[in-house]
Amino acid sequence: MPSLKDLRTRINSVRSTQKITSAMKMVAASKLRRAQAQAEAARPYAERMERMLGALAASVAGSPTAPRMLVGTGKDQAHLLIAVTADRGLAGAFNANVGRYVRNLARRLEGEGKTVRILAVGRKGRDFLRRELAAMITGDISYAGRKRVEFADAEEIGRRITNMLMDGEIDVATIIYNQFRSVISQVVTETQILPPSVPETATQQETGPRAIYEFEPDEETILAQLLPQALAIQIYRALLESAAGEHGARMTAMDNATRNAGDMIKRLTLNYNRARQANITKELIEIISGAEAV
Amino acid sequence: MDNTNLEIVSPERLLLSRPVQMVVIPAWEGEMGVLPGHAPAIVMLRGGTVRLYEAGQVTDRLYVAGGFAEITPERCTVLANEAIPVSELSRAEAEERLQQAQAAYDAADRLDIAALDAAMARIQSARAMVEAAEAG
Repeated sequence: MPSLKDLRTRINSVRSTQKITSAMKMVAASKLRRAQAQAEAARPYAERMERMLGALAASVAGSPTAPRMLVGTGKDQAHLLIAVTADRGLAGAFNANVGRYVRNLARRLEGEGKTVRILAVGRKGRDFLRRELAAMITGDISYAGRKRVEFADAEEIGRRITNMLMDGEIDVATIIYNQFRSVISQVVTETQILPPSVPETATQQETGPRAIYEFEPDEETILAQLLPQALAIQIYRALLESAAGEHGARMTAMDNATRNAGDMIKRLTLNYNRARQANITKELIEIISGAEAV
Repeated sequence: MDNTNLEIVSPERLLLSRPVQMVVIPAWEGEMGVLPGHAPAIVMLRGGTVRLYEAGQVTDRLYVAGGFAEITPERCTVLANEAIPVSELSRAEAEERLQQAQAAYDAADRLDIAALDAAMARIQSARAMVEAAEAG
């Protein structure tokens, strides 16, 4: 039986933990709103970019001079997995989910005899993967201490993997991230970004069959500029989804923690009061039996 | 049909979406006026000013740092790498950017044609920004 003093200390310590978790929940909630707005603001550009890419791809389809970034190397041997996680923990299973997914995917690809490399974005994912798949990691990127991700960051990643493709180091690049469904639900998603999966041109349905575009300058010059941009926006979206998901996951985790701390305080207070009552009863018995003995 | 639906989007957000009478965009090979019913086209943009015309008047001007535009008979979509309303441009910032671009050009490898081209495009874009800032 712990003494009264021990119980008091424990209650106080749980109470301060609860204060921290509830503050973290508030912070996550306000950051979530900002991240969500940012993710939504990026959507129109991505949609229109996809439409343009579809039109361009349809126009160069089958051409032997089509750029490598669009059609790929024609092989499926060397894979690059880009694992997007958060830089901080305390967000439930958020980081571990991506880590586990990447690990399983990497093992499966390896089992099929393919070469796998991993680019870890976010410190938590890097730490997780370094423990198990250290040999595959070719690089890591962290945005720790930054208020928000910017488009330039996505462009930087895009350039890096484009160079790897051009140098023939990789054939396929896939990005794995937590997609933000709602505050309580983030789904691990994998999207192939290189070579890009080109949408069946939606433009054709809108402007009638086979809209013939004029290009200025020619298709290939435009594609050379547009493809890196299209790649960057896909990465940017993944980063933003992941950021929104991170705050959502942290909010849920901290909400649970706050509730658990409340339950614990209740239980400890009950024990404390019982112990106090038992002490009083014991003292009374002592006094009464002492008085009777006189 | 007397209006074309203009949209200007940057990776960060949708800046503008409304019908206009005519829009002039800084296309790769020179300024290009887009009226309703324009033939479908996809053009690359260099740095310059997008001008919106409504009722025969210029109503809005935005600086774009380069990008692409998709034109159909009904609409004109500008995908800008960066877009700033001319009224919000600052001359000092524009000049600083021009200097940086100049320095990047000077530092570029003389034999790497692609890098030189990219640096040159940056200088042109920055120069257009300075001009736009002066005019606005």
